[in-house]
Amino acid sequence: MSLENRITDIIVSRLNVKKEEVTNSASLKDDLGADSLDMVDLMMDLEDTFNLKISDEDGNKLQTVGSVVEFLKGKGIEA
Amino acid sequence: MSDKRVVVTGLGVFSPIGNTVSEAWENAVAGNSGIVRLSMIDPEPFTSQVAGQVKDFDPVELLGPRNARRNDRYTQLAMAAAEQAWADSGLSEASVDPERVGVIIGSGVGGMDTFEKQHNIAMNRGPGRISSLFVPMMISNMAAGQVAIDLNAKGPNFATVTACASSSHAIASSVDAIRLGRAEVMVTGGSEAPLTMMSVGGFCSMKALCTTFNDQPWKASRPFDRDRSGFVIAEGACIIVLEELSHAEARGAHIFAEISGIGMSCDAHHITAPAPGGEGCARAIRMAMDDAGMAVSDIDYVNAHGTSTQLNDINETDAIKVALGNHAKKIMVSSTKSTHGHMLGATGAMEIMLTSLALKNGLVPPTSTLENPGEGCDLDYVPKTAREADIQCALSSSLGFGGHNVCIALRKYKGDS
Repeated sequence: MSLENRITDIIVSRLNVKKEEVTNSASLKDDLGADSLDMVDLMMDLEDTFNLKISDEDGNKLQTVGSVVEFLKGKGIEA
Repeated sequence: MSDKRVVVTGLGVFSPIGNTVSEAWENAVAGNSGIVRLSMIDPEPFTSQVAGQVKDFDPVELLGPRNARRNDRYTQLAMAAAEQAWADSGLSEASVDPERVGVIIGSGVGGMDTFEKQHNIAMNRGPGRISSLFVPMMISNMAAGQVAIDLNAKGPNFATVTACASSSHAIASSVDAIRLGRAEVMVTGGSEAPLTMMSVGGFCSMKALCTTFNDQPWKASRPFDRDRSGFVIAEGACIIVLEELSHAEARGAHIFAEISGIGMSCDAHHITAPAPGGEGCARAIRMAMDDAGMAVSDIDYVNAHGTSTQLNDINETDAIKVALGNHAKKIMVSSTKSTHGHMLGATGAMEIMLTSLALKNGLVPPTSTLENPGEGCDLDYVPKTAREADIQCALSSSLGFGGHNVCIALRKYKGDS
């Protein structure tokens, strides 16, 4: 499964949104309805799935689906 | 004292005897048991293996996937019951200012399932993995908060936590709020989802639960019976819409009954055992009657707390005799826990709902499982079969661990009064 698909699955299950809504430019808060509590648990989901640590500082920068993809690629995660 | 009067104008319920008001009423009156072998969790490790469970409750379908994921079962049940009750009342933002609508919902143990699951995560993976939703899902006031969001109810809002008296305190506090003019409408009642390892195990350790009818669940909850051996733990929610009388009449609301008096007291005796002779409960009953302006001879029916424990049922019988004197022998007393079990923090609301319907329908629900009255249990408990009677004044008592006693006095609503 591609990195994008794995991230999409995590977001779909955490935020109860439709797959097609999870586009690269979608804002996690404004478009996909995440509140600050969802964001905390979403970061935990990403940490668990990709076995890495996301600092609060890094987490605060992850505002769109695309930024999550880029962040993980930057950590050397490809799929 | 305020001259404002308070009436019941909406009902909603998810319970072991039905997920609609009409279904729950019909089963209570017919004496159909909602008690089954415990299946929400593995029953084998527990001394008591029977429970009252809400059947066919699908929170995703009723509330949507996001609400289902972000709320503990006790809040989910409250949300679903509140939606029903609000629809039943016919109220809307067009008929009442949202700032004049309050919500008070009680729960005995709150989000126990959430607590247990997240505690497991913390023990296994460390506190850094506790969900950000743990606190909002677990706290016992979230049902009140979430229902207010759903209904856009911006008036007084809090939770009452007094074990098995929680929802009766919620209703009492809601009556106060309307009488004091703090709100026109109160959405109130209780919700409980205690079928988890810690709650069932905890009540088992107290020797509070029935252990002698694991193979015959429908017989397990038997208030006032010789063979009673403890209460049957149950889940569910019951939400009641209370409204100031003139407000309700002005909009032509359907009115189930009037809540005309409240009494509250404490045993100040022991953390779990009732005061000898039902002294504390008797004071709550007298206080409710005084508040309602009811004389002893006015009382037709007492909907008892009647838990099916040895101590409660004898002490409550004594309390009714102390409060009503010789009149106690002339009235009907029944415990509908014989069908729905003990819904803990939701049970008071459930019983006040059934008492409202008894007044409206002129039909008293039975103590369905009573076969042989226990020693000292010598009142008319309406055994097995419902009884038609044009009752005018009724009382409903709820007693909670901690020595909390609440009694609610209800009067039949007559359009011309």
